[in-house]
Amino acid sequence: MKNEMQLQFTALSQNESFARVTVAAFVAQLDPTMDELTEIKTVVSEAVTNAIIHGYNNDPSGTVFISVKIEDSFIDLEIKDEGSGILDIEEARQPLFTTKPELERSGMGFTIMENFMDEIDVHSELGIGTTIRLRKHLAKSQMLCN
Amino acid sequence: MSLHIDMETKNDVLLLRLSGELDHHSADVLRAEATKAIETNDIRHIILNLEQLDFMDSSGLGVILGRYKQIKQQHGEMVVCAISPPIQRLFDMSGLFKIIRLEPTEEFALRVLGVA
Repeated sequence: MKNEMQLQFTALSQNESFARVTVAAFVAQLDPTMDELTEIKTVVSEAVTNAIIHGYNNDPSGTVFISVKIEDSFIDLEIKDEGSGILDIEEARQPLFTTKPELERSGMGFTIMENFMDEIDVHSELGIGTTIRLRKHLAKSQMLCN
Repeated sequence: MSLHIDMETKNDVLLLRLSGELDHHSADVLRAEATKAIETNDIRHIILNLEQLDFMDSSGLGVILGRYKQIKQQHGEMVVCAISPPIQRLFDMSGLFKIIRLEPTEEFALRVLGVA
């Protein structure tokens, strides 16, 4: 069965927790393991935090958009901002790379997204915004299908 | 759920017990409170007890690394204890255990720093 949901909210750090908890509640219907649920919550947190800090430079007039699609044992997540965009995507994806060391950013956001999900696609245009697409195949559901 | 920070000082050791969720939003609060405690109490070492921490992301790694750099200037040490497997994965991924010591319990951590 195919199921979808969309979410949009103000680019405020208060909403990071709201975003990950809401996405986790939606994907819970696929009966993921606790580890899988933690991984999904973590990647939502990473992508939303990037949108707020880097996309919108902490300007709360921006809006963060999330779309989640679930079908069989697949989860497709899309997290989008209409902010500044990424100058060099390859550089941004390097572990420990950050453009904001003064804010004590660890530079681990993309590395965590890559490790916790099966597929990642980053689309970004300067002055237009950034869209992160992430896909995960749940292991337990895969076993049931087989 | 937000972050709750329980702070205790033992000589020059700051013991931070975190519960709840450590993300970008709550990292700002932890940074401000821990920095103030380090500066006002002449802290050299930090113990981070993460037993009750339910969630952490890379913003947590950033604020922990920031406090490590702060006490490194006093030639201090940072010890993390009672870490859960999902949070340990984040530490492993970032290589933080190369500079931060890991102990199984708070008691071990206190003993390592000589304030048990």
